[in-house]
Amino acid sequence: MSANRADAILRFDEVERRYGDIVAVDGVTCDISPGSYVALVGSSGSGKSTLLKTVNTLVTPSAGRVLFGGEDVAGLPPARLRRRVGYVFQGIGLFPHFSVGENIGIGPRLAGETLSDARISELLTLVELEPGMASRMPDALSGGQRQRVGVARALAGNPELLLMDEPFGALDPITRDALGEKVRELHETLGLTTIMVTHDMSEALLLADRVLVMSHGKLVADETPHALIDGAGGDIAQGLVAVPRQQAEKLARMERG
Amino acid sequence: MGEIWTILLGLGDKFAAHIVLAASAIGLGIIVALPLAVWASRSRNVARIALGFASLVQTIPALALLALFFPILLSLRAVFGEGLPTLGFLPALLALALYALLPILRNAVTAQANLDPGVLEAADGVGMTSWQKLRLVEAPLSAPFIMAGIRTASVWTIGAATLSTTIGQPSLGDPIFAGLQTQNWALVVAGCIASAGLALVVDALLGIIENGFAQRRRWQWIAGLAAVAIGLAGALAYQFEGDDEDTIVIASKQFSEQYILAQLIGAQLEQAGYSVEYRDGLGSAVVHSAVASGSVDISVDYTGTIWTNEMKREDNPGREAMYETIVEWEQENTGIRVLGRLGFENAYAFAMREDRANELGVRSLEDLVPVAPQLTVGGDPEFFERPEWIAVRDAYGMRFDDTRNFSPTFMYNALRSGEADVISAYTSDGRIAADRLVVLEDPREALPSYDAMVMLSPRIADDERLVRALEPLIGAISVEEMREANFAVDREGEGKLSPREAARELAETIGL
Repeated sequence: MSANRADAILRFDEVERRYGDIVAVDGVTCDISPGSYVALVGSSGSGKSTLLKTVNTLVTPSAGRVLFGGEDVAGLPPARLRRRVGYVFQGIGLFPHFSVGENIGIGPRLAGETLSDARISELLTLVELEPGMASRMPDALSGGQRQRVGVARALAGNPELLLMDEPFGALDPITRDALGEKVRELHETLGLTTIMVTHDMSEALLLADRVLVMSHGKLVADETPHALIDGAGGDIAQGLVAVPRQQAEKLARMERG
Repeated sequence: MGEIWTILLGLGDKFAAHIVLAASAIGLGIIVALPLAVWASRSRNVARIALGFASLVQTIPALALLALFFPILLSLRAVFGEGLPTLGFLPALLALALYALLPILRNAVTAQANLDPGVLEAADGVGMTSWQKLRLVEAPLSAPFIMAGIRTASVWTIGAATLSTTIGQPSLGDPIFAGLQTQNWALVVAGCIASAGLALVVDALLGIIENGFAQRRRWQWIAGLAAVAIGLAGALAYQFEGDDEDTIVIASKQFSEQYILAQLIGAQLEQAGYSVEYRDGLGSAVVHSAVASGSVDISVDYTGTIWTNEMKREDNPGREAMYETIVEWEQENTGIRVLGRLGFENAYAFAMREDRANELGVRSLEDLVPVAPQLTVGGDPEFFERPEWIAVRDAYGMRFDDTRNFSPTFMYNALRSGEADVISAYTSDGRIAADRLVVLEDPREALPSYDAMVMLSPRIADDERLVRALEPLIGAISVEEMREANFAVDREGEGKLSPREAARELAETIGL
């Protein structure tokens, strides 16, 4: 399901990022079409997080360009760009001196707007939290609740694009599963375009509708989950798919007794 | 205890000056340290250089740092002109601010380095500009740690500010230094109580602010800040109220005679209707330039000191010629008016026990020459390096069996116990009278004279009313009278007087 060039919301064009002699991202070219849920998978150090951060310019490419809605992100004022791009990451990064409500409202506040209490309640409800939580401080929340607030904060500015960097990596499996499903649902209802970085192939297969596999800074596979299950994508991709497949087979065998 | 209480109540002006100085130094330290800390958090090299410099400053003893600013500011006069003060508030402020830099800078840099990287990434991720990130995230999260640094700096600065007395800035060090010199422990204790008490109160108030930042209780840190502001405003108001153009400032160096004479002069001026302020315990080298610049108005200095230290002369033209030359030199070069000599000398001289002098038949240095090869001479630690000793040695061909160094107090003990036969003494020293020592005459005038002179700053040089008030002191004090007054202050136990009491007795003795 390779996207058509003309209607791409995001385009990586020969993107490269070097740190001294180390090449983190090595000439990635790829289009992302609007409304797609893309998982960016690879082992540690494959360059997937670095590539993701070139989109909201937390990382500047050494060479190549990233086009967002046809415009080079390097030419957009970073602050304004980042308000159009929601960002959720493993570290969560709630501001400890702000209440939950203030954390959610920070993006609009930077733009000079005040988020209404009703809108904050609505965002909290979207991520399945009590509206009354708005006045709590972040240190009074559990890890899962904090990342829900992180998602609500990313959605507060009505972004066109949602970037997620190992968003559920630090959560317990049950919370992780529930929040994953919830985000997928929000992706549909809010009509978002989502890119999720993960090292967990099963998470990618179950949530995304397109899976990009990276290795040593290069894009080595670009397939649908179905195609991957059917054996497409080459050795590296299949190596990653083998892990959940074997786990599933083992569980199935145990079930049969 | 009652005495200490009385002294404490009289420390108002020193207290106010101390608060204003310490607060200004901490304020300046904060103004420099915080932008530097922000810069340091953006650049590792800046962090290394700034912290390295601040640590280096910290290794310099506070007293030396204060003293160092005198030559630095003196050389800066080439740039800023003669109006740049080299003594008093400015050098004290600069030295203490440098001293306050390290704890503030180090805490601010550490606080920034320890901020949760996730929070900083989120700040970028939600689209904060670097200024918004500083204002909304880095500053509020670092505030409690920075406040802790400011607390440390404040306690240090309030303590170190007592040392600024030595460079002519009034502070709570004034009673401490005066008390140390005259062995008046009540003064020392009162000064310590006042400065330690101030440090404790400030520490507690800043602690409240720090806690308010940490707990994010706005009312708490605002209340703490308000209390600090009120204290500061009070000190400022007190200081400006007391700042009167007509006040005559009298300096004294760090020994009893100076304290007594300052009080004597002060009493004369008060009788004439002047208001008087004392700047006690100034470093000897500092006093002359303080009078020349007008930061103090009156001092008592000695001909030999001006001759060697200020005029850089090594010859000895004799007592009268030396005095005449100094009067002229001051008038031409500094604008200081030498009002006159008090009548006594505080010179280097050689002294012996009366019985020993009689036994050897010694009355003068000339008599000493033939017997000296069998005798031991004692001197203060610098004496045998000084031009006075070299002059005597060469003029008389003096050779002693042995030369020994003693601290001034032990010198007299050594004479008493017979460890030394002859010592270098100061002619006006009270112990000469107390121990009934014989001061040997100097027929060849090898020892330069140290006539005590009253020096007036250019500001008051032409004040005839003031001159009339002081004229009765000129030529009025004999060396015996000065010795007696000095001994009354230096002695232990019964009959010990404060410099003010001794000055009153001296005034009676000389018939004022």
